[in-house]
Amino acid sequence: MIPTLILVSIISFGIIQLIPGDYLSGRKLDPTISRETLEQQKENLGLDKPLPIRYWKWVKGVITRGDFGYSFSNYRPVRDVLFEGRIGFTIFLGIMSMLFTYLFSIPIGVYSATHQYAPSDHIVTFFAFIGLSIPNFFLALVLLYFMAAVLGVGPNLGIGGLFIEKYMGAPWFHGFVPNMPKISNFFWHVWPYILAVGTASLASVVRLMRGQMLEFMNRQFAKTAQAKGLKESVVIYKHVFRNAINPIITNFGYAFRTLVSGSLITAIVLGVPTVQRAYWTALNQQDEQVIMVGLTFFALMLLVGNLFADFLLAWNDPRIRYD
Amino acid sequence: MAEEYQAEGTKDRKARSQWRRMWRRFRRHTLGQVGGIIVIFMFIIVFFANFLAPYNYSTQHRDYSHAPPTRIHFTEDGQLTWPYVYATEKGYNEYYEKVYTQDKSKKYPIKFFVKGEKYSFWGLFKSRIHFFGTGSKEAPVFLIGTDMFGRDLFSRTLWGGWISLTIGPFALLTTLIIAIPIGLLSGYFGGWVDMLVQRITEVVMAFPKLPLWLALAMIVQGLPSAYRFFFIVGVFSLVDWTALSRTLRGMVLSAREEDYTMAASAAGAGSGRIMFRHILPNTTTYLIVVSTLQIPIWIIAEATISYLGLGIKEPQTSWGLLLSQANNLESITSYPWLLTPGVFIVVTVLAFNFLGDGIRDAADPFTTVGGR
Repeated sequence: MIPTLILVSIISFGIIQLIPGDYLSGRKLDPTISRETLEQQKENLGLDKPLPIRYWKWVKGVITRGDFGYSFSNYRPVRDVLFEGRIGFTIFLGIMSMLFTYLFSIPIGVYSATHQYAPSDHIVTFFAFIGLSIPNFFLALVLLYFMAAVLGVGPNLGIGGLFIEKYMGAPWFHGFVPNMPKISNFFWHVWPYILAVGTASLASVVRLMRGQMLEFMNRQFAKTAQAKGLKESVVIYKHVFRNAINPIITNFGYAFRTLVSGSLITAIVLGVPTVQRAYWTALNQQDEQVIMVGLTFFALMLLVGNLFADFLLAWNDPRIRYD
Repeated sequence: MAEEYQAEGTKDRKARSQWRRMWRRFRRHTLGQVGGIIVIFMFIIVFFANFLAPYNYSTQHRDYSHAPPTRIHFTEDGQLTWPYVYATEKGYNEYYEKVYTQDKSKKYPIKFFVKGEKYSFWGLFKSRIHFFGTGSKEAPVFLIGTDMFGRDLFSRTLWGGWISLTIGPFALLTTLIIAIPIGLLSGYFGGWVDMLVQRITEVVMAFPKLPLWLALAMIVQGLPSAYRFFFIVGVFSLVDWTALSRTLRGMVLSAREEDYTMAASAAGAGSGRIMFRHILPNTTTYLIVVSTLQIPIWIIAEATISYLGLGIKEPQTSWGLLLSQANNLESITSYPWLLTPGVFIVVTVLAFNFLGDGIRDAADPFTTVGGR
């Protein structure tokens, strides 16, 4: 895992160097900035050093001081730009989107397997496919239109972002009592985000769950359970479901991957301040160390996601061991 | 049943080929066929975009900026008639915003094969004949409205579809060119080649796709827009060869132990021949299934990247780029027709997904297709 991350950071660094121009090239065109100032800035930011040295300095900072570098355009440390006030929302919204995906797709998959080839099965499959086929950003745009034009949401509720201005600095809790207006406003703002991100991997999980259920329903042990007179629900949930769920857990790593990409574009469209959105801003400003940390962070998220899937798998199926 | 009997009977002992069987199974997959037909239909309308569209994709109707979709009337006094439109009248409302109203006194029937703007059909011949229109400047037909510069959105959508639709097949081609040799070599030779390839694959796969695509698209940002199509294709294949080559490697690993490989080897076939003539054909089914399911992913990816302004650029256009005009709440609510290119994306991607699903079920001999 660590070697992969190191390689990822090296590649990210390489990609940034390949992007034409750097942070200073925009300032070179500004006539109010003198040549001396530019040279001075170049030296201060360390942009005059050869590439390997620049990379090494960054790595050394990460290891020795936990310092992820410096954002040139914001004059602030990378950690603040990328993570401050964002990481919490990113993780929370990520978990919510995942929950949305699985809470809907697993029951739908089971339902459509137990009602194979019934009209309801076809309808459910069709809608799952539509979810798969709508680009995240288009769904987000349609939801914006829906909220603004159909629901007629005005400025007291607000659209996009996380809160309306009134609640921005407000605390989440007054003592131990939750600040309900703020929380409800927050959920009002994030449901389109969760819906847009969550539907992206809905279809693949539904299809997988359906296929798995069908396969195990035809196995001998399921037939035996049925033959000895067990109730249909017990057969389905105790015997078939426990076996069928395994690939869904393995698929978790893949769904996680869709989540990281999908939430990037959705956050941009809906103006939700996540880590991904900070990455997009940095990409436009050619803020090299932020881009680099961003890419490496996303890779880390994927690796952690896969690791988590492995744990879940071992927990669900005691036969699986990682030695 | 009779046909079945004959095929299995003594008259024709030849076994049905794998492709024939796949085709028969696919013919039973309704959704897959519907998908296939829609995909073909999309390619046809996009190929004849110049002819089908009432205007050229870059013509600016300066007086008609953000004009809403033109209403086509099918009835007159409750009676069905030949479809017609009214002339459009331009005016201003009390907020000095432009409004378009129908001038009910002037009626223009819709004509087919009407003379309009000159266009060149793929550089082969020039023509003025358009599929439909009114033939009058006073009553333009904007099926799904116009954009900020008064360009007909329907014409632009048809034209932009060409890029959106072909980017998938092109990316597929280059990805296969990269992935097949790498997967074959890595699986067949093993050893340090395999080791190296697998480590590279792991690192590339460690990146989430969209952020990486965006960063790579940033590199080629300054290049002229005529070449951008190919650079986007390059970006896609550079990231997406990994999953394909890895699965291919796994298949080669198991194929290497099969009897037919050993037989070929014993008969004196070289490794190149074994790899490309014996092992590769055995993976075709897998490759076809993966390919049809990968194309819609790229269609969405192109739309996303173009929407963000890093993909296809003006004067060229694609469905994603057309949608980027609807990137703020004001334009979405005031000019909702700007969202229609997205419907084309959804329909096309849906069709590709159905088609891919059908092919997958047809290729897998263990699933039952169509409830039988």
